[in-house]
Amino acid sequence: MALLSLTAALAACSENAPPEPDAAALAYQKQLQEQLIRAQPGDVITIPAGVHPINRGLSLTVSGVTLRGEGMDKSVLSFKGQLQGAEGLLVNASDFTIEDLGIEDTPGDGLKINEGRNIVIRRVRTEWTNGPDEDNGAYGIYPVQVENLLLEESVAIGASDAGLYVGQSRNVVVRNNRAERNVAGIEIENTFDADVYGNLASGNTGGILVFNMPDLPQPGHSTRVYKNRVIGNNTDNFGAAGTPVASVPAGSGIVINSNDRVEIFDNDIADNDTANIIISSYFATGYQGTREMAADYDPYPETIYVYGNRFSGGGSSPDGLDLKALKVAMFGLNGSFPDVLWDGYANPDKVDADGNLLAEHAICIDNGDAEVLNADLPNGSDNIVVGAKQHRCVHDKLPAVVLAAPLQ
Amino acid sequence: MCARQVAGRGAGGAIAISMRISLACKLLLLSFLCGCESAPPEVRLFPADQPPAMLSEWGVVFARDDHLALNTDVIPYELNAPLFSDYALKLRTVWLPAGSAAIFAADRELEFPVGTIISKTFHYRKASDWRSDFNSVDYAAQEEAANSVPPLDLSRHVLLETRLLVRYAEGWQAFPYVWNAAQSDATLEIAGDLKQLSLHKDGETQLVNYVVPDVNQCGGCHTPDHSAGDLRPLGPKAWQLNRRFAWWPDEANQLQHWSRHGILQDAPDLPPTELDSVQARARAYLDANCAHCHNPAGAADTSALHLNIGAPLDRNFGLCKTPVAVGRGSGDLNYDIYPGRPDESIMVFRMRHSDPAIAMPELGRGIVHTEGVALVGGWIAAMDGEC
Repeated sequence: MALLSLTAALAACSENAPPEPDAAALAYQKQLQEQLIRAQPGDVITIPAGVHPINRGLSLTVSGVTLRGEGMDKSVLSFKGQLQGAEGLLVNASDFTIEDLGIEDTPGDGLKINEGRNIVIRRVRTEWTNGPDEDNGAYGIYPVQVENLLLEESVAIGASDAGLYVGQSRNVVVRNNRAERNVAGIEIENTFDADVYGNLASGNTGGILVFNMPDLPQPGHSTRVYKNRVIGNNTDNFGAAGTPVASVPAGSGIVINSNDRVEIFDNDIADNDTANIIISSYFATGYQGTREMAADYDPYPETIYVYGNRFSGGGSSPDGLDLKALKVAMFGLNGSFPDVLWDGYANPDKVDADGNLLAEHAICIDNGDAEVLNADLPNGSDNIVVGAKQHRCVHDKLPAVVLAAPLQ
Repeated sequence: MCARQVAGRGAGGAIAISMRISLACKLLLLSFLCGCESAPPEVRLFPADQPPAMLSEWGVVFARDDHLALNTDVIPYELNAPLFSDYALKLRTVWLPAGSAAIFAADRELEFPVGTIISKTFHYRKASDWRSDFNSVDYAAQEEAANSVPPLDLSRHVLLETRLLVRYAEGWQAFPYVWNAAQSDATLEIAGDLKQLSLHKDGETQLVNYVVPDVNQCGGCHTPDHSAGDLRPLGPKAWQLNRRFAWWPDEANQLQHWSRHGILQDAPDLPPTELDSVQARARAYLDANCAHCHNPAGAADTSALHLNIGAPLDRNFGLCKTPVAVGRGSGDLNYDIYPGRPDESIMVFRMRHSDPAIAMPELGRGIVHTEGVALVGGWIAAMDGEC
């Protein structure tokens, strides 16, 4: 009898237990953890080719370390079945380089770098291998509060928030990456002095986002988005409500929200079904609530400069009933929104007698025959205006971001 | 040395008595009391880069005669608001080099001298079907543990891990030791460990993937100033220690005993910490469980959510605060704390989940702390206001 109940208890236990990684995988995991813990400045930690199952969060806190695989599709850390850790690899260190590595299927974020200077992320792939899914982790590659960052030639697929996300950082170059089938392909948030160029953002809900959120230590400004391809970002929004990206309609090419001094030029922007470019304020996200906004937060997008982009298609099938109805009412069943949508919110302290933004704060669209739809949300869309002449202006161009030594 | 003996109230026979007298006295007494054991090693400090493989070599806590015992002048302590760690019970101790003392600090941890060793041993009460290869354990309330005193009876408790924090001239270092199946000693595991438990509580059985943190993860919590990056103890703050503990013979609180005992300097005579309202208990809980990251200098300052006990109760405490990089942790909700509506508060949602993508805190909790959810949820439910 005692033996029977014992066997039953064991059986019950094993049914509840998650699959056990095999001994070799556990041994490699432990080895890698120990390499990360014992690392000294100047060390290069190599990750051999192969798929390495990892069931705990990894972390690095030593500066001056390089983590290098044999290729983003060859050396893969697979976090499927991860039991603990809000990210796959968490780094709090400076002078850090990570390259030629794949990070797959983390329950939370893939690679998070929280505070550090002189960070290089090169040819790293973060992917949720099941494709877009609300249960995927939030961020693929997620540097936050870093200074002097080069993020290049990397790939992010399937993140339920942003594939490539740079937050609260300064002096940033994001170039020649590929972001596909994330909610946000590339997101630059509360960051200043960022150049985003040479990237491909396609099949996301929104292609490239430049956002400012309230209540954070650092407001963002001065981002250049150029020479990117932003194509067909029409995937249904699969992010959790309440997140900043949940307000992004499917079919958004480039979205500027509440950010200032943003320059968008020389991009190929095509077939984003809500609009190729959306310029909006925090008020349009629906999160404001009834409480007063933080006094130092500027919810208005200002000093925006769009020029020299190549637009095609887009705006033909906007996401959301309001936008759909608006589109049909104004442009007919087969018509399309113009290339740029603006919600119409302008800081009342920065407008002239006619309600137009003063020149230095203006939203300037100098892009051939591209037009702007001002949705006039502040007045319940009573006076929707379509055209280009109200936005025909120029700003001084932003200087290029210069990465500081040792990343030059 | 006898002058520095600790006069605790005994509960455990000869071992317990021997624990509370200094080594010199004990050497004399041992032959009378048991006559069968060699004396425990003295507490010994090792260089930061040469920690011993076995916990017993430190001589702080060790298994002996089916008990986990403390060495001479190793002082156990309790906190007012402990961190939740999957219902593990914790035996906390501190040892200071002879003749040295910690210095009182009002709003951060006490300033401990070089050579201080803090230990925390995580253990559970064995269930009736516990075996060395089947960690079946019973829930026991933390308060109950707080009223029990070392040495710990190993016929009734299973030891999982002992973490040491050691103060060197360059700063604190963390060393995680994992207890062996025989419960005779613990081995240094800088990569931590994962143990599966079957936890019986309220008539239900939960599988717990109990994680021993790796050394870097120790810093995931013990680095309350994330930019500075230095490890610090989290528990031994004045408000946390300011309570009585059954190990001491009278009603005086721990701070008073530490002062009398000569290991604490400059402590004012404080009335005991009163956590006599739901709000006080909830804020103490949030401080202990969240504020090591969620403070204005912490790793989670990226979220601008500050839950330290001195933080103002405003938007940055979560009131009607929209999330930033929350991902699936939002639970489709808009506000961290929605006054009066715990079910619409992200804070409560994240406490109710154990999925690593959602759960808060991120480290050290694999299952839901029902009582913590009830406390924080109840506090939010009683709030007035709208978002």
